[in-house]
Amino acid sequence: MMPDVQEFLQIDAPALLAAVLACAACALVGNFLVLRRQGMMGDAVSHAILPGIVGGFLVAGTRETLPMMLGALAAAALAGLLIEAVRRLGRLESGAAMGVVFTVMFAAGVVMIEQASAGGVDLDADCVLYGQLETILWLAPKGWASLTDPAVWAALPREVLTLAAVFALCVALVGLFYKELKITTFDPALASTLGIPAGLFHYGVVLLVAATAIAAFEAVGSILVIAMLIAPPAAARLLTDRLAAQILLSVALGVLAALAGYGAAAFGPMLLGASHSLNAAGMIAVASGLILALAVLFGPRHGLLGRRRAVGRLRNAPGFIAPEAQKP
Amino acid sequence: MIATTIEEALRILTFQSGFNSAVVVAGTAALGLAGGTVGTFLLLRRRALVSDALSHATLPGIAVAFLVGAALGLPERSLPLLLAGAVASGVVGLLTVQALSRFTRLTEDSAIGAVLSVFFGLGVVLLSVIQNLELGGQAGLKTFILGQTAAMAQGEAIAIGLLAAGAALAVALLFKELRVLAFDPGFAAVQGWPVGALDLVLMGLATFVTVIGLQTVGLILVVALLIIPPAAARFWTDRLPALTVAAAVIGALSGWLGATLSALLPKLPAGAVIVLVAGGFFLLSFLFAPARGLVAAALRQGRLRLSFAERRALTDLLDGRPVEGPLALWLRLRGHTRNGALTPAGQAAARAAARDRRLWERFLADYPALLPAHANWGVDPIDSVLPGDMVRLLEERSASS
Repeated sequence: MMPDVQEFLQIDAPALLAAVLACAACALVGNFLVLRRQGMMGDAVSHAILPGIVGGFLVAGTRETLPMMLGALAAAALAGLLIEAVRRLGRLESGAAMGVVFTVMFAAGVVMIEQASAGGVDLDADCVLYGQLETILWLAPKGWASLTDPAVWAALPREVLTLAAVFALCVALVGLFYKELKITTFDPALASTLGIPAGLFHYGVVLLVAATAIAAFEAVGSILVIAMLIAPPAAARLLTDRLAAQILLSVALGVLAALAGYGAAAFGPMLLGASHSLNAAGMIAVASGLILALAVLFGPRHGLLGRRRAVGRLRNAPGFIAPEAQKP
Repeated sequence: MIATTIEEALRILTFQSGFNSAVVVAGTAALGLAGGTVGTFLLLRRRALVSDALSHATLPGIAVAFLVGAALGLPERSLPLLLAGAVASGVVGLLTVQALSRFTRLTEDSAIGAVLSVFFGLGVVLLSVIQNLELGGQAGLKTFILGQTAAMAQGEAIAIGLLAAGAALAVALLFKELRVLAFDPGFAAVQGWPVGALDLVLMGLATFVTVIGLQTVGLILVVALLIIPPAAARFWTDRLPALTVAAAVIGALSGWLGATLSALLPKLPAGAVIVLVAGGFFLLSFLFAPARGLVAAALRQGRLRLSFAERRALTDLLDGRPVEGPLALWLRLRGHTRNGALTPAGQAAARAAARDRRLWERFLADYPALLPAHANWGVDPIDSVLPGDMVRLLEERSASS
């Protein structure tokens, strides 16, 4: 049984659009986390924004995006400051400092959620952990023909609009500061001598990651954001040595993961004859993991099999004496 | 209302509120103790966040074990089976992190992030499968994510307590080996210690603590039991035995108080409460610990500054330069001056300060490389820092120049 067009446009299309935009934005900024060895920053930020989101929600009393986003940004900035304070003043390694700060902030967020939901507020831990891709609805379109009507596009769900705005922001900032990002990522000392404020870009990247994680969290949940941030750029890193190619490739892989994951979650069980769908956010994370696994195995130059082939070519080259034949 | 709550809290704290809750509180305290001891070595080995990947990676194992249990027709959720599944997939996650950071060009932080989130995603998908199958007993699975002590059976709490105590005992027995592993793995390898095997033992203990903590603290926050107590203990001492004991005590106190609080507030997830209590201990240590706490450090620095300023003001007065402002008041309060002039005691202190300064300057000019690491030069009396013959040598040199 195939879903009919209207159902697809109203239920699957907005969710798919949100997933694709979330993955593309996360993959784009995730490149700089992976290259700066700050993968755990994504982990820390995506956990630490929780109390900010809940706080913004409680203060505003609605599920409007803006207060939640402001609260989350404040929490992300606070987390960054606290991590730095604990690391410097406590002389702890940065991993431990992050571990202390993000677990405590996440715990505070969980307690706030449970308190709020005890007071009858419509917010629960599940939607924070797994996201709410399935509940993003676009009621305007009635069929393919209605897509030509601008009013239908104006009625896009606000989650999709937010994600589109954040994706555009990421593209604009990365495009505008591409040269600076590149040099501060690969050689911060050289960047400083050239007068480029490496520290400022460090915090800029962290804040951009935070903004992206916040926008994407509504779609895929706080923990699965990490998969979008890390897995596509990590896979792209195994496939190419050039930054521009890596960025484009990671966005493409992120989109692929979103499409494949959502498709498998929404339509996979149907093809097998089951009536329910699976958790789409989780499936997208699994898809990005599979892509990473394929890149690890079959990457042409840095993949495990590719490297083995390269070693084999060297061994067969004329003039090579195998180490085992060199015994005295 | 408040009085009864406090009474209830006291009864739980002192293990008098029924056998069951006493067992749960004691079991959680033992868990915190084990987390503190094992975590100390993870922290020193810089492996703290690897256990985060490990704990998130247990979710698919738990889900698969639940499905297997249902397929075998087990009536209730069977805890040993679920925990076995957790260990299996946690270990797979751990090995994946190590393989990714060892055999590919990806760094460890990327490997941790990828494994943590992808395994968790797989677990979430499997949970949605279980939800669709409408099997009985699946409500208990959610408690593994954020933790719950209220639903814990007495036998489970006793088992957790005993296993946690076993883990702490294992650390105590392997103390020497783990110490050399934590501080100088290269030296340990040269001395013939099986470094690889010891690393495996340490990660094994971390896995063990994580898995037995799943039910109480939940898989998202269980890493906090391994990280926060040793990080807090770090502010109290620089010596490893004391550090381990302090981490164990802070962990046990967090578990004890946290389990008590969550017994009073059954709606709140126990894991979050325990982590917040541990975070409170961290904050206290961060601010007030005498060795490295912020307040202690600020006091030490302030004292040093005041002492330096006082010595300079005294030498200024000795040379006939006037001293004004709060410092003048301070000198009068200390009895060094009266009516703007030095008292006899002030004269003596000023002469000593001037001599110290002269000799320190000579020392820094002639032997800068010999400066002892912990000396506050210019402030500490030079006779109490440098050996007597060096001081005499400096006296001669400064007199002849």
